[in-house]
Amino acid sequence: MTAVIESTGEVRESQELGARVQHTLHRHPAIGPASVLVASVIVFSLINHRFYNATNLSLLIQQVAVLATLAIGQTMIILTAGIDLSVGAAAILAQMVMAQTAANNGVPGPLALILGIAVGALTGFLNGFLVTRIKLPPFIVTLGTLSIYTSIGLRYSGGASVYASAMPNALIWTGNYVNIGPFQLTTGVILMLVLFAVTSFALTRTAWGRHVYSTGDDPEAARLSGIKTSRVLLSVYLVAGIIYALGAWILIGRVGVASTNNLTNANLDSITAVVIGGTSLFGGRGAVLGTLFGALIVQVFQSGINLAGVQSLYQVLAEGILVIVAVALDQWIRKVRR
Amino acid sequence: MSTAEAAAARAGGDGRAADARTPTLEARGLVKTFGHVVGLAGVSLKLYPGEVLAIIGDNGAGKSTLIKCLSGALTLDEGEILMDGVKVEFKSPTDARAAGIETVYQTLAVAPALDIASNLYLGREVRDSGPLGRIFRKLDTRGMRAKAREQLKDLGIGTIQDITQKVETLSGGQRQAVAVARAAAFGSKVVILDEPTAALGVRESGQVLALIKRLRSRGLPVILISHNMPHVFEVADRIHIQRLGRCAGVVTPRSHTMEEAVAIMTGATTLDGPAEGGNGSSGVAQ
Repeated sequence: MTAVIESTGEVRESQELGARVQHTLHRHPAIGPASVLVASVIVFSLINHRFYNATNLSLLIQQVAVLATLAIGQTMIILTAGIDLSVGAAAILAQMVMAQTAANNGVPGPLALILGIAVGALTGFLNGFLVTRIKLPPFIVTLGTLSIYTSIGLRYSGGASVYASAMPNALIWTGNYVNIGPFQLTTGVILMLVLFAVTSFALTRTAWGRHVYSTGDDPEAARLSGIKTSRVLLSVYLVAGIIYALGAWILIGRVGVASTNNLTNANLDSITAVVIGGTSLFGGRGAVLGTLFGALIVQVFQSGINLAGVQSLYQVLAEGILVIVAVALDQWIRKVRR
Repeated sequence: MSTAEAAAARAGGDGRAADARTPTLEARGLVKTFGHVVGLAGVSLKLYPGEVLAIIGDNGAGKSTLIKCLSGALTLDEGEILMDGVKVEFKSPTDARAAGIETVYQTLAVAPALDIASNLYLGREVRDSGPLGRIFRKLDTRGMRAKAREQLKDLGIGTIQDITQKVETLSGGQRQAVAVARAAAFGSKVVILDEPTAALGVRESGQVLALIKRLRSRGLPVILISHNMPHVFEVADRIHIQRLGRCAGVVTPRSHTMEEAVAIMTGATTLDGPAEGGNGSSGVAQ
């Protein structure tokens, strides 16, 4: 008799714990990916002692900087219930404009940088214009502009690469090393972290950020609340385009060459980082900070699996499982009810 | 109730006493057509300070068109709207809102993923007064939360404890309460509620009706659109009966029974006796 009562009590307790976990994750979407990140770092450190040392961790962060930056823009667009398939193409176009104008047309470095950022803004503006004014679905718009930006990038550059030796200091500045304690970072990494801090502030602490969330959550409710949803959407695509161009700048510093062959997997990789980072593909839920964790998780798996001496195809497998688990978790969290 | 009694109740209930005051919101001869479909064929109404005016009518009678015109969601073909006796023109919901008219739509217009305080201030967030607010446009989150908490407490919405709770975790009645609280917080002149109890259970409906009474006791006039006659007769001071794009008459819960009101609404009978003083006289059924 008492045993039965005890066991039902335990069941209730575990149900309550489940509900509490669900509520906490619901309120703080970045907790999930943060714990996965910590857990994977611990596991890989135990498997191979070479994983958890300053050199490897520094390299890991340097490797993730470009993708994490691009994923900021992707996060903002996904928060509005959109998606951007033109991330890589837009970044490459901005990158080629920066490198070519500086190396071939003699444009001073800082000005070439600004030109590249302007081109990034333009690509974002065009996406946003097609989404808000012509009212096309973001998937279709960015699928189209993916091809358009890719072809313009190829046509403009003639398929030629520009090497760091031909570029002014302003463009390769993001590759400069910055030593913080035992860690060797780059200015590109610092720029990436600053971008996360700035966008996180803008999304969580300003009216604009609330409008972005509510537009993605329920556009009709947002409109009836007096929010100009078209303007909000357009601003998100525009800002994302600028962030892609900044990602392109970090890319030049990281790889030391501007080439149309860079960033071939940026579209899907950025979406992967966003999803693993706990942002909902249905819009209105998530955080850029989660995306930073998401991008880091992918990189930690890559590095950890390599160091564990396992074939790299298992890294791809693990990434696929993570994406599915992350989306399943999102579905569960969104079911929260009192 | 005899005819004489009914007439007396009508006269005393809303007729002459109300005429002396300037209506907070007045509509005169509103016409709105959609192609060949006539939505409103010359509707007038008056809303006095501190009263609950219910609008009832069958489907297609023009209730929604009427409140959309009053809330700026639709623009008028003909007619005029006056607030405190001054002519106003609403080109968008933002105009109506700026004039102090807040509307709670049937769809509620709340963002489920945002918390209660954010929803109360959605679209009119308050910036931090310090340098962070001036330069970086940081919001005064703490201040908004404190005011939101106060607002809910003032309205007697005690069931909501945590202001940082996301709206999607609330029950239907609590969501409605949040939407009404938002309207009450910012609707300085008029609050329009579209079918606020349609999706609610008995207990939750009771809470919303109590909320409406509290708004009235603060002197804030309320326009209530509802299909639910018991709810209408519980809270309304006057009832505007809309039929076929016109006002079929204005009655009060004291002058008419529910059955009589429904009969007028469906066209089974017409509103007999003298015209309603100044209250919607142009719309009395022919």
